[in-house]
Amino acid sequence: MTTIYIMWLRQVKRYLRSKSRIIGSLGQPILYLFALGYGLGQVFARAGQGNYIEFLAPGIIGMSVLFTSMFNGVEMIWDRQFGFLKETLVAPVSRFNIMLGRVLGGATVATLQGLIVFVLSFAAGFRLQMHNPVLYFFLAIVFMFLIALLFTALGTAIASMLTDFQGFQLIMSFVIMPTYFLSGAIFPLVGLPKLMSFITRIDPLTYGVDGLRGALTASNHFALSLDFSILVILSLIILSAGSYLFSKIQI
Amino acid sequence: MINVSNLIKKFGDFTAVDNISFNVDKGEIFAFLGPNGAGKSTTIKMLTTLLDPTSGKIEINGHSPQINKHEVRNSFGIVFQDPSLDDELTAYENMHFHAVLYKVPNTGLKERIKQLMEFVELWDKKDVLVKNFSGGMKRRLEIARSFLHHPKIIFLDEPTLGLDPQTRNHMWGYIQDLNKKEQTTVFFTTHYMEEADRVADRIAIIDQGRIVARGTADELKTQTGTQSLEDAFLQLTGHAIREEEASGADRMRGAFMRRGGRN
Repeated sequence: MTTIYIMWLRQVKRYLRSKSRIIGSLGQPILYLFALGYGLGQVFARAGQGNYIEFLAPGIIGMSVLFTSMFNGVEMIWDRQFGFLKETLVAPVSRFNIMLGRVLGGATVATLQGLIVFVLSFAAGFRLQMHNPVLYFFLAIVFMFLIALLFTALGTAIASMLTDFQGFQLIMSFVIMPTYFLSGAIFPLVGLPKLMSFITRIDPLTYGVDGLRGALTASNHFALSLDFSILVILSLIILSAGSYLFSKIQI
Repeated sequence: MINVSNLIKKFGDFTAVDNISFNVDKGEIFAFLGPNGAGKSTTIKMLTTLLDPTSGKIEINGHSPQINKHEVRNSFGIVFQDPSLDDELTAYENMHFHAVLYKVPNTGLKERIKQLMEFVELWDKKDVLVKNFSGGMKRRLEIARSFLHHPKIIFLDEPTLGLDPQTRNHMWGYIQDLNKKEQTTVFFTTHYMEEADRVADRIAIIDQGRIVARGTADELKTQTGTQSLEDAFLQLTGHAIREEEASGADRMRGAFMRRGGRN
């Protein structure tokens, strides 16, 4: 338990200390909110889909959580190369707890990042559409955390198999970006071509963004219980796979 | 304290460690010398539970690194070839992190950390982020950290690499003092022969995975009929330069340099 806590604390401290990174990683979501929000808002409204910012903001929150958590997971390669991972691997504690603490820390950080973007989205004109603000705000945090958990675990699992950053561009191009663009974060899931519709349904982020949309603007496509269950089950599966890969790391 | 018999490690067709046996007694300072790629680091990784041997037997403080990993891990402290500190944490936080991982009891912990950090002359820098430390300061902090949980054995993998003679002297001062004070067994590798000559009680020389000679520094000199340990070493291992594959870290440093540095 103390191992999980100290690993968690380390991740959170590192995040809070890297002000430049916090600010830097806000650039992209702000750009998306304003450029897409205002750029496509007119088209979206004319197509009879309503307010685009309202639709887009949960997607951009989901994107920030996705990016931050994947980076946090993959950042383990850095620890591996520049030594810190060794300090934890020779310690008399279970590797599962090390990995779990790390993932929970990364997920916490990504959730915080999502909350910052949530606040910023109001500047872009986002307004909540909630019947019970306290309950649904809490629900939104739950969904942010689930997205964060799933993708930090995924990033950590991938990082367990890599020894240097050469593969990072591959992860960016073939995992992170497709997960974002094919999730329904920036377009509605209705009326898509069959293949596209299928792809969005196997993208885990789809259910995360849909859950956020349900919580923040009551405009979910699937049932919230379905979103929730899929995220929880996938997180558990990836966490188990990740802990197996992590336990196999040899330096 | 350390017993190794018939240890073998193969990577595919390549035999990195080829049937070595040795033992290190309690409280002894033992030097493990060899050219690059001789199998030193591989051996240390096997002794410290980071790598499983292909065959052979290892006993660390009476435990096997393959079977009783946690007992073994509790028995030793280690200073790796590359720093293994968290740059974004302060010196004190790095020490505290280690204490939590090793479940060092809270009572007296602050004093223990203070005592060790004063010992390596870093107590006044305890709240500085480690990323602002020089290479020598990082090493000193790592040495202090490796002693924190009262280990029976300290492994030092080229602990003085890249340090100036002043810092190196100080470091060995700390290590020898702690070795006496806490009866800690010390197992180290180095490329500086005069270091081994000066501080090691006994020396083993490994080359191409095999131990080619062992004994005190004087015994090795007599055995080879040479004046210095460096000459004895060269006579035993030959003059040819050994190539070593680039480590992941080397490759990454290269990649970052090409991109113009980190951040």
